[in-house]
Amino acid sequence: MIETDILIIGAGVVGASIARELSRYELQILIVEKEVDVAFGTSKANSGILHSGIHDLPGSLKAQLCVRGNTLYPKIVEELNVSYKNNGQIIVARSPEELPILKKLVQQGRTNGITGFSELSKEELLQLEPNLSTNLAGGVFVESAGIVIPFDLVFALTENAIANGVQLAIQTKVLNIVYDKKQFLVTTNRGIFKTKKIINAAGLNGAKIAALIGDDSITIHPRKGEEYILDRKLEGLVKRTIFPLPSENSKGILIIPTTEGNIMLGPTAQEVNDSTDLTTTAAGWQEIFPEVKSLMPSLKATDLITSFAGLRASGNTDDFIIAHSPVSRQFINVVGIDSPGLTAAPAIAEYVIELLQETGLQLKEKKVFNPYRRLIRMQTLTREEQEILMKKDPAYSRIVCRCEQISEGEIRAAIRRGATTLDGVKLRTRSGMGRCQGGFCTQKIITLLCEELNILPWEVTKNGPGSEVLTRSLRNK
Amino acid sequence: MHEIPIDLLIIGAGPAGLAAAIGAAEAGVKEILLLDRQDEPGGILQQCIHNGFGLKYFKEELTGPEYAQRFIDQLDVYPQINIKTESMVTKITPDRKVYALNGRSKLNCYQAKAIILAMGCRERPRGAINIPGSRPSGIYTAGTVQHLMNIYGLSPGKEAIILGSGDIGLIMARRLTLEGIKVKAVLERLPYSTGLNRNIVQCLEDFKIPLYLSHTIIEIIGKKRITGVQIAPVTTDLQPVYNKAFLLPCDTLILSVGLIPENELSLMAGVKLDPNTCGPLVNSFYETSVPGIFACGNVAHVHDLVDDVSIESKVAGQAAAAYIQGDKFSSSFFKVNLGRNIRSVIPQYVATNQPTTLYIRTHFPEKGVSLKIGKNRIQQRVVTPGETIRYTLSPEKLKEFTNSITVSLEEETKID
Ligand SMILES: Cc1cc2nc3c(=O)[nH]c(=O)nc-3n(C[C@H](O)[C@H](O)[C@H](O)COP(=O)(O)OP(=O)(O)OC[C@H]3O[C@@H](n4cnc5c(N)ncnc54)[C@H](O)[C@@H]3O)c2cc1C
Ligand SMILES: Cc1cc2nc3c(=O)[nH]c(=O)nc-3n(C[C@H](O)[C@H](O)[C@H](O)COP(=O)(O)OP(=O)(O)OC[C@H]3O[C@@H](n4cnc5c(N)ncnc54)[C@H](O)[C@@H]3O)c2cc1C
Repeated sequence: MIETDILIIGAGVVGASIARELSRYELQILIVEKEVDVAFGTSKANSGILHSGIHDLPGSLKAQLCVRGNTLYPKIVEELNVSYKNNGQIIVARSPEELPILKKLVQQGRTNGITGFSELSKEELLQLEPNLSTNLAGGVFVESAGIVIPFDLVFALTENAIANGVQLAIQTKVLNIVYDKKQFLVTTNRGIFKTKKIINAAGLNGAKIAALIGDDSITIHPRKGEEYILDRKLEGLVKRTIFPLPSENSKGILIIPTTEGNIMLGPTAQEVNDSTDLTTTAAGWQEIFPEVKSLMPSLKATDLITSFAGLRASGNTDDFIIAHSPVSRQFINVVGIDSPGLTAAPAIAEYVIELLQETGLQLKEKKVFNPYRRLIRMQTLTREEQEILMKKDPAYSRIVCRCEQISEGEIRAAIRRGATTLDGVKLRTRSGMGRCQGGFCTQKIITLLCEELNILPWEVTKNGPGSEVLTRSLRNK
Repeated sequence: MHEIPIDLLIIGAGPAGLAAAIGAAEAGVKEILLLDRQDEPGGILQQCIHNGFGLKYFKEELTGPEYAQRFIDQLDVYPQINIKTESMVTKITPDRKVYALNGRSKLNCYQAKAIILAMGCRERPRGAINIPGSRPSGIYTAGTVQHLMNIYGLSPGKEAIILGSGDIGLIMARRLTLEGIKVKAVLERLPYSTGLNRNIVQCLEDFKIPLYLSHTIIEIIGKKRITGVQIAPVTTDLQPVYNKAFLLPCDTLILSVGLIPENELSLMAGVKLDPNTCGPLVNSFYETSVPGIFACGNVAHVHDLVDDVSIESKVAGQAAAAYIQGDKFSSSFFKVNLGRNIRSVIPQYVATNQPTTLYIRTHFPEKGVSLKIGKNRIQQRVVTPGETIRYTLSPEKLKEFTNSITVSLEEETKID
């Protein structure tokens, strides 16, 4: 039986951030994740914005951890080689009546400790973002906001945590937990683990996991957000993330440039009953499109390349719930982590470590901690570097994904780094994410998965068992 | 970076690139380089193992690979044509520099005297038509399934539904059936099929596969693998009638919802596109808006017959030869205007003194109309968006025009 000091349930951005922070210390750490890969929960399906914290209620954990998390990111993305851009955000007022509300928002941001605002007249707004509608009344620019590729971040965090000694068990679903006052016995579909402490970072399943130890203080209500992605040929149409004024239950429907040059539109915010409902809907698009078009009239529905939905795991307190469980102080809930959870994640990790220390955890720094994750992205290399690499391994000169120009070498490397499915390869390399959406490269990636993992084509899945992509061979029936 | 000089560089070695290379070689170009990202020449034809190719060009019925082979074999006759496969062009510039990544570990830069764009087209994916629902496995475009089955020998599923009645969808309906995969329905949003009539007969009717016209998919169902689709009829303005929706179970959904010419490279070179064809604006010589850059085949406009691709691509090859040799083309052109029920015409500019074949596509199907071009009118039995209308303007016929040519379809009684 595996015995650990700390068992983390869930390999989303929260679990992965905590694991990486803890991997600095002499501790036995295990992450268990029910999916076939990390980052397959909410952390792969969100807006990817590193928020400034202007939207969060002063005094809330959200405000505190979002602002802190935002400041921690530049170092993290540098160390982990994650696609990131400090592009800033602009919140616009559609009419002069909205300008006072905007002022209040800035005030709230100041209270939250944010600096670097500039108020923009209508003319200044259009100077910064010439493609915005000429009907807007003005806006405010917040410097600190950024964008990141969220799944890239989670892959990087986990890879780096693993490089520093953390263990990861995928396809391992927590089914039951027994606490005998000294330690927890965690039953999964892959056997039982013993651990001294548990961190519940199970996202949408956070309440269910807490209930396993008799903690029923938490409820989670899923709130769906649909997002729509436009062709990369529009790169540069908008540079900063564009927000309208926030609505009752969300930051509004946004125009989001991605670090890779696409534009993303969304999200909606809709309460759903089913915590696995990731459908996009005609109603969602009908809500989003007129809204963003009124901000940026040149947007066209014909530039759509794909869409997705994510579920916010909203808790019952309107704030993040990060605390020792009332049932056991050795069990820490990190739940209700809806937006801005991605931004807050590194600060959440710091906060959780403080909670662990409060229960007597002794932290002894490792002699060697490697903070770096290195990764080859052909597109970002200089011509000379590309030449050297291609000489060393010609697989880097064979383009598999035509639209995003991803080489066979990068895909093989992604599989060696842990991808076992088509989605795993896609999210790690961007292959199949471009305008043809895998029309040309899926076949080739199936072949590479078969070669690297020594499996048969009809064993290849999109995202785990049940999502096989092929049924059989047509030959030798 | 070291630049390799070359007379004519052709991007894409499908039927368009191959015919263009041969046309240029025949016209005396000394050095021709064909680049293709795939590992063999022939383009999309290599996966089209059905027959129906070549009836016009070779006067016999060939399969796609056989048709391609006829051209590939001819390359031996012309030592001046060099072909490099596994070579992906990543960038071109208006002054005709071409950057290509060679699959055997090199990045090359060519400086060409002329370029022919022959990159073909790609399929429109699910996201582009924005079908609501979940995102399970088992959803493919028709061309991807064709590739998986015909090149890799793999079966996509057991029970399929095909959305879109374009030619590839129709051909795949037959192909799946022949391999024992049940095709439960072909759905088409429009009140008519967008494929060739012969394909509707040979691929659907002969196999009793139901074709639902004026129907579309309103939701994809299934968490891991697709389990079914919600289908609804659509009104005349193409809006789904939600209260008449019904469920059809399936484990595979195949999309045949349109082809898009691959013009990312063309745009890099500053080539102007036609919003109606989605390909470059070209003249009778298949020259684009950038001098010395030509375009032919599916990159210029989506063809229904490969024979037309070969014919027009030869013209492009010959014109590129003339350009390299410094011959002056006609410098005066008639602009082609689109009249009633005309969606697109290629070429968009007709040289005033050059016999030119127009390839014409209509918006909607109709009967009892005449094609009207200047004084000429030609009776059409039926026209449909799926079938190209061809019309050749001889130098004689060109004489009547002064500055533009309007093409239209007119109801017969209305013609004066
Ligand atoms: C549409 C949308 C847009 C958003 N935009 C932003 C934004 O722009 N900026 C921002 O900061 N935040 C944003 N958020 C919020 C952000 O995405 C989340 O706060 C964050 O991803 C939560 O991470 P997590 O690790 O808690 O959850 P998850 O990523 O869901 O991770 C939880 C993991 O636990 C696993 N798990 C569950 N049950 C079990 C079990 N029994 N056994 C083992 N493993 C289990 C799951 O499989 C999952 O991988 C957005 C959210 C949505 C939905
Ligand atoms: C499924 C299907 C069924 C068909 N059925 C019939 C039929 O029954 N009868 C008939 O007559 N016609 C048929 N056609 C039509 C005919 O095959 C096409 O019109 C013809 O193949 C188009 O030729 P092309 O050379 O323009 O494009 P393609 O054949 O697509 O060739 C383009 C080539 O360019 C390469 N390329 C693209 N970009 C780059 C780059 N950046 N660098 C290097 N290389 C690049 C591609 O890899 C490809 O090899 C069918 C077409 C399809 C798709």
